[in-house]
Amino acid sequence: MAMLEVQDLNVRFYTDDGVVKATDDLSYRIEAGERFGVVGESGAGKSVTSLALMRLIDEPGVIESGEIRFKGENILEMDEEEMRSLRGNEIAMIFQDAGTALNPSYTVGEQISEAIRYHLGLDEAAARERAIETLESVGIPSAAERYSDYPHEFSGGMQQRVVIAIALSCDPDLIIADEPTTALDVTIEAQILELLEDVATEFDTAIQLITHDLGVVAEFCDRVMVMYAGHPVEMAPVEDVYYDPQHPYTVGLMSSIPRIGDDRDRLQTIPGRMPDLIEMPPGCNFHPRCPYAEESCTRVEPRLVDVETGDPADPINSDAQTAACLAHTGELTGELDYEVTVQGEDAPTESGPASGTSTGANDR
Amino acid sequence: MSLQRFVLKRGLITIPLLLGISMLTFGMVHAIPGDPIDFITLFTELDPQTEMEIRAEYGLNQPVYIQYIDWVTDAATGDFGRSIITRDPVASEIVERLPYTLVMGIMAFGVTLITAIPTGVIAAYYRNTKIDQASRVFALLGIAIPNFLLGLLLLLIFASWLDLFPILPPTDRGIISYDMLVYTLLPAITIGTGSTALLMRLMRSSMVEELDKDYVRTARAKGLPERTVVQKHVLRNSLISVVTVAAIQVAFIISGSVVVEIVFSYPGIGRLLVNRVGNRDFPVTQAIVLLIGVAVILANFVADVLYAYLDPRIRY
Repeated sequence: MAMLEVQDLNVRFYTDDGVVKATDDLSYRIEAGERFGVVGESGAGKSVTSLALMRLIDEPGVIESGEIRFKGENILEMDEEEMRSLRGNEIAMIFQDAGTALNPSYTVGEQISEAIRYHLGLDEAAARERAIETLESVGIPSAAERYSDYPHEFSGGMQQRVVIAIALSCDPDLIIADEPTTALDVTIEAQILELLEDVATEFDTAIQLITHDLGVVAEFCDRVMVMYAGHPVEMAPVEDVYYDPQHPYTVGLMSSIPRIGDDRDRLQTIPGRMPDLIEMPPGCNFHPRCPYAEESCTRVEPRLVDVETGDPADPINSDAQTAACLAHTGELTGELDYEVTVQGEDAPTESGPASGTSTGANDR
Repeated sequence: MSLQRFVLKRGLITIPLLLGISMLTFGMVHAIPGDPIDFITLFTELDPQTEMEIRAEYGLNQPVYIQYIDWVTDAATGDFGRSIITRDPVASEIVERLPYTLVMGIMAFGVTLITAIPTGVIAAYYRNTKIDQASRVFALLGIAIPNFLLGLLLLLIFASWLDLFPILPPTDRGIISYDMLVYTLLPAITIGTGSTALLMRLMRSSMVEELDKDYVRTARAKGLPERTVVQKHVLRNSLISVVTVAAIQVAFIISGSVVVEIVFSYPGIGRLLVNRVGNRDFPVTQAIVLLIGVAVILANFVADVLYAYLDPRIRY
């Protein structure tokens, strides 16, 4: 049994314009200590997925069906009290923009220690001590003095460290990091990722990293799920996705990363836009943008299948590379006609790719 | 900068403000048409000799700036001269009535805060429900109804029809008596209603705005109970914008007391002011107007300190 098992999760938003299917029969799992990446464009359902794990989806969104089993217990059946004892304690969250995620009128120390007092039942002094230790572990210099500083007295990178400290404060088993570096500049981004990596290793914490940055995923994650319009289109160990992407959307994402030494004049893009989540295209959601789409793609909705065997995927129990494209079930007459070239001196190895050395070149 | 230093710095700013207020007060009272001498002598013809003597007695023969300086220096020691109508010391006339107005004002402000803040919070939390609608209707009525009309309505309903209050204030018992304190509720509610309505809506909109902020989600993601999230995290930030307006309400409550004291025949300084303005009793008028100005300055000072306490970002 994996630590986290999400099965057939359906999140719907009931808006005046219609029902938005934010996630559609979504299934995945995260093992203890694993780093799981969730990738996709804005609106693909990444953030909704993570908020669903915390049961913090706001109106008009509802978790309509499915199961989220954390350590074997379905959190969707818990009462509010049980859920609260999980939040911030066993499952913690790191938010995108630390500048707004912190309350401006309380000291950072108070914002860390209030969770410690609440979940671990420590008194004021002990909670303070633990909060200072946590601040030290996320690399805040002279943590004891900075304990009583307010968020506006910290730089953006330091604020993000504080947010990470809040997440770490009660020693959670799973951290959901929702684009933790998007609001930061590149050098700080590298530091924060390194920090996340260190603390995840040190505390043996599983991380669900949500990002739209494939470079970050390559560096950080063990397995990755690529999402498109509320569906997983590809799920696999990270090296498989980078060296041998099996879904046209993944290929498109890869080839839109600009690279040093690239002599193309224009940035590669995936033509078109993500479909309206209220009126999804029939068949494969991606077919209007897919260079390999055929007539059958407009009729048949592809399921997530094992790319080797074509059998339906079992994301809860299997690690096999899976993708949702008709090419893998033999329902496509043509083939996914692209080739992957690996640049740089590092060849793919079993242990994982060297960061940023693979290119999915789309030979249209 | 620490809060103490902020308080000190902000306190120093009140000194020039107080000076400015005193000049304005003095200037305006002296710009009122009509010669005080005529009111002192009840419009009788005087020989120049007697007129000079009376003018000298009140310092009216001096140039205006000398009169101002004399007045300010005396006022600083609590001496506001004598009334030209009753010939009593102004200070003792005010001290006699001030407790009534103070008690009424504090009660009005208390009623305002106690009702406006919780109802605003509830309306925000249950926004766009029946509760919110009801508070909106009340707020509209409260802002629309004039003080004097509301006062008369309350007297009619609670004093005349229901007989729960006397029609006239039981002044013979003094302000610190059960009867008087109970009676004071009526004018206090009358004055406070407009401010309550305004603050309630402000509290609601401020709270609605804060509830949507990211830090609220952070607080929830920590697993804190909803009550803590709202009362600790959201309320404090919502109050920041409310505090300033609440302080301005002090000024409205003071100016409202002038009308309401007349409606309720209430023996406070508001009614005294209206009486004496009509009689050109400039020493009393000056003193009361100055007092009101000082009260508003103090209220703003308290608001700024509270503001700095609530929002650490503004202590620069």
